[in-house]
Amino acid sequence: MKPAPFVHVAPGSLAEVVALLAEHAPDARPLAGGQSLVPVMNFRLSRPSVLIDLNRVPELAYIRDDGTHLTVGAMTRQRTLENSDLVRKAAPLLHAATLNIGHLPIRSRGTIGGSLSNADPAAEDPAVVLALDCVMVLHGPSGERRVAAADFFEGVLATATGPDELLVAIEVPKAPANSGSAFVEIARRHGDFALAGVAAQVTLSGDGPVSVQLAACGVGPGPVRLSGAEAEILDHGLSEAAIRAAARIAAAEVDPDTDLHATAAYRRRLTAAMTRRALLQAVENAKAPS
Amino acid sequence: MTDFRPVTLTVNGRPHTGSAESRTLLADFLRDGLGLTGTHVGCEHGVCGACTVMVDGEAVRSCLMFAVQADGAEIGTIEGLAKGGEMHPLQKLFSEHHALQCGFCTPGMLMTAMDLVHSNPDRTPQEFRDGMSAALCRCTGYEGIVNAVIEYAAMVKAEAADG
Amino acid sequence: MAESIPGYIGQSVPRREDRHLLLGEGAFVADMQLPGMLHVAIARSQFPHATIKGIDLAAARAAEGVELAISGADIHGVLPPISGMQVTTPQGWRDRVDTDILIPDQPLIPHDKMRFVGEPYALVVAESRYLAEDAVELIEADFDPLPPVAGPDAALADGAALLHDVLGRNIAAILHTTKGDGAKALDTAPHRLKRRFNHHRYAAMPMECRGVVADYDARRDILTVWSSSQVVHWVRREVANALDMPEERVICIAPDVGGGFGVKGHCYPEDILVAYLAKRLGRPVKWIEDRHEHLLNAAHSRDIAFDFEIGFDDDGRILVVDTDFVVDSGAYSPVGAGIAGNSVAHMLGPYDIPNYECTCTVALTNRVPNAPYRGAGRPEAVFAMERAVDLVANALGLDPAEVRLRNMIPPEAMPYEVGLTYRDGVPMVYDSGDYPKALRAALEELGGLEAFRARQKQALAEGRYIGLGLGCYVEGTGVGPFEGASVKIDPSGKIMVATGACAQGQGHETVFAQMAADMWKVPIDDVYVTVGDTSQVTQGYGTIASRSTVTASGAIKGASDRIQEKVFAIGAELLEAAENDLELRDGGIGVRGVPELHRTYREIAKAAKPGWDHQRPEGTEAGLEAVSYYEPPTVTWAYASGAAIVEIDPETGRVTIERLVEVHDAGVLVNPAMADGQVKGGLVQGLGGGLFEELAYDDFGQLTTGSLMDYLLPTASDVPPITVLHQEVPSPLNAFGVKGLGEGGAIAPPVVIANAVCDALRPFGAELNSTPVRWGDVAAFFGDDPFEISEPSPA
Repeated sequence: MKPAPFVHVAPGSLAEVVALLAEHAPDARPLAGGQSLVPVMNFRLSRPSVLIDLNRVPELAYIRDDGTHLTVGAMTRQRTLENSDLVRKAAPLLHAATLNIGHLPIRSRGTIGGSLSNADPAAEDPAVVLALDCVMVLHGPSGERRVAAADFFEGVLATATGPDELLVAIEVPKAPANSGSAFVEIARRHGDFALAGVAAQVTLSGDGPVSVQLAACGVGPGPVRLSGAEAEILDHGLSEAAIRAAARIAAAEVDPDTDLHATAAYRRRLTAAMTRRALLQAVENAKAPS
Repeated sequence: MTDFRPVTLTVNGRPHTGSAESRTLLADFLRDGLGLTGTHVGCEHGVCGACTVMVDGEAVRSCLMFAVQADGAEIGTIEGLAKGGEMHPLQKLFSEHHALQCGFCTPGMLMTAMDLVHSNPDRTPQEFRDGMSAALCRCTGYEGIVNAVIEYAAMVKAEAADG
Repeated sequence: MAESIPGYIGQSVPRREDRHLLLGEGAFVADMQLPGMLHVAIARSQFPHATIKGIDLAAARAAEGVELAISGADIHGVLPPISGMQVTTPQGWRDRVDTDILIPDQPLIPHDKMRFVGEPYALVVAESRYLAEDAVELIEADFDPLPPVAGPDAALADGAALLHDVLGRNIAAILHTTKGDGAKALDTAPHRLKRRFNHHRYAAMPMECRGVVADYDARRDILTVWSSSQVVHWVRREVANALDMPEERVICIAPDVGGGFGVKGHCYPEDILVAYLAKRLGRPVKWIEDRHEHLLNAAHSRDIAFDFEIGFDDDGRILVVDTDFVVDSGAYSPVGAGIAGNSVAHMLGPYDIPNYECTCTVALTNRVPNAPYRGAGRPEAVFAMERAVDLVANALGLDPAEVRLRNMIPPEAMPYEVGLTYRDGVPMVYDSGDYPKALRAALEELGGLEAFRARQKQALAEGRYIGLGLGCYVEGTGVGPFEGASVKIDPSGKIMVATGACAQGQGHETVFAQMAADMWKVPIDDVYVTVGDTSQVTQGYGTIASRSTVTASGAIKGASDRIQEKVFAIGAELLEAAENDLELRDGGIGVRGVPELHRTYREIAKAAKPGWDHQRPEGTEAGLEAVSYYEPPTVTWAYASGAAIVEIDPETGRVTIERLVEVHDAGVLVNPAMADGQVKGGLVQGLGGGLFEELAYDDFGQLTTGSLMDYLLPTASDVPPITVLHQEVPSPLNAFGVKGLGEGGAIAPPVVIANAVCDALRPFGAELNSTPVRWGDVAAFFGDDPFEISEPSPA
């Protein structure tokens, strides 16, 4: 289990990264945290000829408060997000989801941009950016391109990023006042990818919802926006009956596969259970004094 | 295809220079290049945690990093825990709590525990347990490991309070 | 010298193994670096069943850094296969059990066909593992796929493709045994219950994969093989045989070994191949199994399906067990019919059951070979039996605990003649113990049965589902044929002990030091222990089958006794006393009741030396050393009752284990803390097998769990609070009263969990008769909607 030969290059600036991508695409791969890429390279299931190491590009690693949203550099480590007060306060859903990613030594290296670019259907970050309507900022030879999260994910391990482009930042809208969020997942073991996970953010006016944002992971070819469930809550409020109805709708609108770890039917059931739990917890958090 | 390049890094406070291919895993570089075989390789895909080392103060999987990426970094391995033949308190606690049998996972367990405790000694017992689930042990059933880590955290906290 | 030396047996002496492991100074096979060392990578079949048409190694041989590349054709006729009869059975067993055994030979690298995904078809030796793997990718292999025999049903079907043409069938063994009259007992039983039970395929999965380093010293004609093995003498024998060398010229050493649990308990092709390569190339050669190879190539285990019928009366007394079961042995059967034989022998467990009819078929399939893993046929049989006992209780409306107590052999019936024959050829006699007491103690530890039933009822009223599960078993431990030990008194007076037992983390060096220190009345630090080195003991067997404490201690005692005869003779000479007045004490020998009349072992060793100025009495041979081979009369029977309380989340089916208890009897505990560690570690492995771990194949014979992302080992977070209680009923069969305890922990948990989950799901009449217990299956009992529990109307 040793990787096939490749050439490692470690540029120091985004401009160099983009130039290298243009030079070596499509055989080059950007190397972010490496927590998903290196394992498949060790199995020789992935064999790029050039690895463009992003770990020495300081301009890609930052968390910036841009007023209405946070801008998070793609090379921001999950561990940095986990430890950021700014993220915890302004983007609590992203913070909560991050705690579910792998284990501490994985989060030491893993990055938000790497996770989103890898687009594993069971990963947490894609569901979060989909639920929060984040904007993905891509950089390529012709400059910057902004893509809505809803248009970014294109199936299993596939995104809208072109072979000569790089995801450089994510704009994460700040959680509104009177909002609460929750990330709930069930995995076979602590730290594993979710069998089903749900990201939820609910904004209240009085006791009623003015906005509901829901997305699931592990139950489709990519993260799944639970629009039907959102509509159910907006139409019928946050009673236990409405939440259950929304959860059942969520189970119907996901598209899971059967694999060794769970059948499709079981994943639908888990989607319902996680949706309900995420909604209840988000509402509780919304009502809690901040 | 020869693609060797020099790698200079600090391991357990001592500077080392070696040469590595682009593809040489940090774990292999430490073990085969520097002869520091205390770091073990158990799965080479980032699951078992046996190869966990400190890179610039944080626990990472050395099977998921290339040696060239560690150029200039400060690495900590199990060989650096004891000082002058005196075991580190965490090592002593592992022995007292029967937290090892075959000892193969132990290096990764110790490195994982060092990071968990020193990054936040105030974690709850359940958080320490979940944190230690980052590394796999097949012998002990984990009880001694978790108890040793919890006791070590208490020791670190008490020392911080005294200091 | 200390005034008096404490007895070490029974003390939780700190492990002498810990320090170097904690300091990062362990010496595992992978840590070895020898000058000029070459590295092996192995090309492995991606086909479960295929004919080899041609293998072109030209590109691989031309690749950078490659020293050698060979395929099966290159060693065909040069290196013999590993004989199917590498494990023998005694005549006494073959006389008493109907056997029809045809174990296939295993070629080191097949030259004609592939029989499982992961089987080697070629290998490359190169300057580094990286380069060797590069070259493996350049091998052009041409295979003609054959229909895969994807499981036992396919193997046994008419017209099935044959794995081994020479056998003429896909069966390695058929075993048949009886007790009483099973057919008649079934016919006349007031109640009968029939089920199919399945214990799925999983494996030992030590954290250290296997590995072999070999180095040939041509001048001395000595081949040294370092193997991460539990059985160094066995490896030595097979290597010597394959390379046509005297066994004495092959040294096999197991240095620090990172867990074994059975998977390292036999000789593998790589052991021989690496030794061969080192001799052929005249350079040290290293092969380290990576995790993917380990999953695809190292032995799997379990994987037994039982057709099981049980007859019982109105009181729940079990009258008869009648079972046909099939072991999926994979492509070869490296440890013969050992697993099957264990299942046959352990089926009846701690119960007094008068009639038994059992037929076992060991089927050959296109899967990884099946070999013993911690429990080795016992967890499987115990799963079937203990599920059946619960079903008997359900059928009669009795508590499962009550049915167990009604059927258990009472302590006053010990020793109990089972009426079957063990695989050592000796009629089975449970030697000691109190089975009902163990069960009662387990229930008590969980707060008592009645209190639990009240709690369970209350919980149900609140919509919570909790259940209590039990699993009771017996385990033959300390099996022969023998173990060897060498003991010497060094001129320094230190006690040097070496045994054929090998250590993989159990703490043998500490345990054997404790026992030898007590035999010699010396401080424990005066005992030096070597394990896993064939150069130190001429004959040895190895560490498998919960046997080392029992058998190695017997051998150490045998050798020590022989030396002590001389020590007494010399002591009598030096102290001018009668031997009868002497005793071993304080690191030497002295006259009873006279403290000042004492000679240290150093003094005795000096007196015993060969040559001038010795002080031996007439007729006493020089030297203080002896080798002994202990041949146990038969096995000694450990046993346990396991119990757990679980809670089920109706929405997700998630099973949470609230507590796990095991009341275990391993006789006298040499080191209680280490004994605890053995049982607890085993329990967590059993829990993994019961809930998480699975080696799954698809219909095409492809393993779908080739990484630790899919093969799920339990983590710290998955482990519930565990209590282990020891009943120390001494074994009457050996000098120390010890029984084996290495495997026990892993036996009960799968069925304990399944029984507990079924108990929690009692309102639904749930039955889970297969492992692993899957949350999805559990959830399904609650109906389709996670929020509306639909209890079926009582049937």
